[in-house]
Amino acid sequence: MEPFIKHTGLVAPLDRVNVDTDQMVPKQFLKLQTRQGYGRVLFYDWRYLPGEKPNPEFVLNAPRYKGASVILARANFGCGSSREHAPWAILDYGFHAILAPSYADIFYNNCFKNGILPVTLANEQIDELFARTEKKEGYRVTVDLQEQVVTDDNGLRYSFEVDPFRRDCLLKGLDDIGLTLVHEPRISAFEATNLKHPAMYEAVDVKHHSDSPQSARHN
Amino acid sequence: MVARTLYEKIWDAHVVREEPGQPTLIYIDRHLIHEGTSPQAFAGLKAAGRKVRRPELTFAVMDHSVSTKNRLLPVLDADARGQFEALERNCAETGVHLFDMNSKNQGIVHIIGPELGITQPGQTIVCGDSHTSTHGAFGALAFGIGTSEIEHVLATQCLTQFKSKTMQVEIAGKRPRGVTAKDIILAVIGKIGIAGGNGYVFEYTGEAVRGLSMEGRMTMCNMSIEGGARAGMVAPDETTFEYMEGRPFVPRGRDFQEAVTFWQTLPSDTDAKYDETLILHAPDLAPMVTWGTNPGMVTQVSERVPDPGSFDDPVDREAATRALVYMDLKPGTAMEDISLDRVFIGSCTNSRLEDLRAAAKMVQGKHVAKSLKQALVVPGSRVVKAEAEAEGLDKIFVAAGFEWRDAGCSMCIGMNDDVLLSGERSASTSNRNFEGRQGKGGRTHLVSPVMAAAAAIEGHFVDIRKWNNVDGAE
Repeated sequence: MEPFIKHTGLVAPLDRVNVDTDQMVPKQFLKLQTRQGYGRVLFYDWRYLPGEKPNPEFVLNAPRYKGASVILARANFGCGSSREHAPWAILDYGFHAILAPSYADIFYNNCFKNGILPVTLANEQIDELFARTEKKEGYRVTVDLQEQVVTDDNGLRYSFEVDPFRRDCLLKGLDDIGLTLVHEPRISAFEATNLKHPAMYEAVDVKHHSDSPQSARHN
Repeated sequence: MVARTLYEKIWDAHVVREEPGQPTLIYIDRHLIHEGTSPQAFAGLKAAGRKVRRPELTFAVMDHSVSTKNRLLPVLDADARGQFEALERNCAETGVHLFDMNSKNQGIVHIIGPELGITQPGQTIVCGDSHTSTHGAFGALAFGIGTSEIEHVLATQCLTQFKSKTMQVEIAGKRPRGVTAKDIILAVIGKIGIAGGNGYVFEYTGEAVRGLSMEGRMTMCNMSIEGGARAGMVAPDETTFEYMEGRPFVPRGRDFQEAVTFWQTLPSDTDAKYDETLILHAPDLAPMVTWGTNPGMVTQVSERVPDPGSFDDPVDREAATRALVYMDLKPGTAMEDISLDRVFIGSCTNSRLEDLRAAAKMVQGKHVAKSLKQALVVPGSRVVKAEAEAEGLDKIFVAAGFEWRDAGCSMCIGMNDDVLLSGERSASTSNRNFEGRQGKGGRTHLVSPVMAAAAAIEGHFVDIRKWNNVDGAE
């Protein structure tokens, strides 16, 4: 994972609440086996008219937001499906940071696994950022994870909270599987104590592979 | 000893490593995977030269893109076929159990886990699918994860987690006639909104919840995620134990008795504290229908499409306005006057035997309205399908003009060829009415199986409480 330390970029405003992950990457693109290449389909149904013609009404298609790398969003961003294709698409499109008043749980987690920083700000701060983005073409902000602050060239300075562990992982671009495997002896010790419990861990019946002639119920 | 909730008991029993200021490493008892979100996880694992730590604790099934028509025909969709082949290959290489599309036990991942007894009380269960919350009905801690976390579980059988807050969602009193588990959970989401549960794990309590079958409890827990909650849970009781006994992956004989003894320790202690409590009174509830583009945009069937102007919050007003444009609905329209193009009875929310029985009872001796293009029944699993056929439910549905299909996710997500076309309107027993969920431009109204069945007969929504064959509370 690429580390996220500090990012300066053009802001694109997405002024809708409850933007769900079905909108970010519609189902027809969930059949691929890669983590790359989803930028083209980000917000597909909103972004394109039939024949993949850019929909001029959709904000990301406006020339002034071309090359945006920070999404400014509303509450409960990323609700719905757990599909990690959503943050993959956001990153692949070129976004590195998100500014919103709140996020849905699974999506928020998934962002940190992909080097995207979802910044949580107060509603009034988000309103102010929408106003500034609207007012000034080419409006840019700097999102600084080290300092935990969002700034612009006109004196705006909003500090934000982020869990210290997540911050550290993002700053260093850490592989969290590697981090967990450092504790392998603890995992083994847990298994040695707990995996014997029949109610919790052992399938006592035959394993039902596809070639098994038995039905699910034994009776 | 400090009084603990069900959630806290399961959490405590699964802590592998805990350090101040860091997320906790918790052990995962059951890992369920499907073809849609797992290939990248296996690829990542392989690229890093890592192994699946406990392949016997991961269970795989093909469900999202499978055809519900003829499974013996070749899969024409090359991308879907690629995912099926990848799952097959990944499971064969790593030793993970696989229920492929021709297995007798194939079905939607959240239907077959409980059905096979893979899901058990007290477990931690994860799956790369947000509706993993379903399994919480057994008094398990179950939640959806992303693909990076799938890879993490495959490699370590653990996850790093932050502890959630707890919300007791009490449904007091008895369910009235015609009100199902689906209506209860839609009412909960309507009350708190789709972000209302953010940061929480719900525990459903109260007389109406106790009175639900395991199927009904699964319906409620399934949609916890639609209220923004990480998970939903119901404390295990006699209803749970009775359901468990004899299922393939459940211990037998003395081991079962021992398991029950352990399961009986799981319910929240009487003086346990929740961070929040929400109380709904079951007798006040009614059959529900969504009118908008998220599950929180919902009202009672006897009501009308709301006027966006009636919302106080400008953000809600704007969202409602946008939703009504997408749904092509006018404020003030009676819900019962909304006519439909297709009806879908299926999904991990409502495709179990009890759902199909209830729906069949509504349509027996009647026929789907001529105005309908399609009425679809998709059993949640092949076991459900076989059981339903043994009872003759398939014949009732077919005689009434429904299509009777093979098991899978089907029109809930429309990754196979069961989709809504642009502009079409459905009554659906699934869980999400997001824009384009069932097909680009499709308009989804979420309802219970009995409401969907009755709507199929009439061609528009009907208040099933007016029908005389509707079941009572318990």
